Amino acid sequence: MISDSAFWTLTVCLGLGTFLIRFSFLGLLGGRPLPDWLLLHLKYVGVGVLPALVTPMVLWPAATGGETDPARLIAALATLIAALKGTVIGALIAGMGTLYLAQYLTPHL
Amino acid sequence: MTPRAAFWLGYRDCAPFILVVIPFATLFGVVARDAGLDILQTMAMSVLVIAGASQFTALALLKDHAPVFIALLAGLAVNLRMAMYSAALVPHLGHARLGTRALMSYLMVDQAFAVAVKTYEERPEMTRPEKVAYYFGVMMLICPFWYACTFAGAVIGRAVPAEMSLDFAAPVCFIALIGPLIRSLPHTVAAVVSVLAAILFSGLPAGLGLIAAALSAIIAGAQVELWLRRRGHAR
Repeated sequence: MISDSAFWTLTVCLGLGTFLIRFSFLGLLGGRPLPDWLLLHLKYVGVGVLPALVTPMVLWPAATGGETDPARLIAALATLIAALKGTVIGALIAGMGTLYLAQYLTPHL
Repeated sequence: MTPRAAFWLGYRDCAPFILVVIPFATLFGVVARDAGLDILQTMAMSVLVIAGASQFTALALLKDHAPVFIALLAGLAVNLRMAMYSAALVPHLGHARLGTRALMSYLMVDQAFAVAVKTYEERPEMTRPEKVAYYFGVMMLICPFWYACTFAGAVIGRAVPAEMSLDFAAPVCFIALIGPLIRSLPHTVAAVVSVLAAILFSGLPAGLGLIAAALSAIIAGAQVELWLRRRGHAR
């Protein structure tokens, strides 16, 4: 379980830090442009962080004690296909729907 | 157009995005309760941070026993894209008073940015007060739904049975968010490097593997873009 002190430290710092990122140019720096090299790398932050975050959750899910689960693998794949082809909502429905279907067909949890 | 009309135009233009905000906010409430937070903690996180992906990120790492500073670093990294939003909004909203700019910064979420910038570019005749009013119109629709649905999720969270496998809601949310980000060859390369590096670095202590993988992916994406530019295929 998450300790109270860890939670509040994280939440307050994350809230403050996120605000400062949002306030950076609009509030603090005025219209000064970002350096080109930074803009170039900022573009890839989202697509660099999220897949790395999600990979272990899909391959070694905590709910199965870290054991690779075929139902979750298939569901992750279905989510990705729906996310690439369609909408965010469609991907949510496709992902959880596929998971329930796969778990129903291969009952082992 | 009066500022009042601009406000309501923003409110209406943002309506489709409610369909994204409702499930995300509700899921965050459910997942946060599942991770052991109480209702007050869940709401505090949504109100103070008001950025779904980073909240899921930080919470997932904390639940995984990562050190607080790693969870914080990862959560902030997910939000770094907002520095670009902040810079892009300066020409349209930079004239506003400091307090107004601070409030607009707090309310800066993906949907608000996307809707507002699109409208500002399509309607160059908009005056500065109209632009400010429009921005607040957009957020006045999103913000209440964000708070209310987090609360609803937090309240129903503990009542959701284990068979619903809600542990997988967080990864599904992340993958759904990744989809729209992959929109060019460099983005695709960055995503693939991110996955491969995450597997390669999975032996590192909690969180460090994530940071190493993310940095590799960001550099890979940037380098592919530079390579394409040199070959004359700039986007």
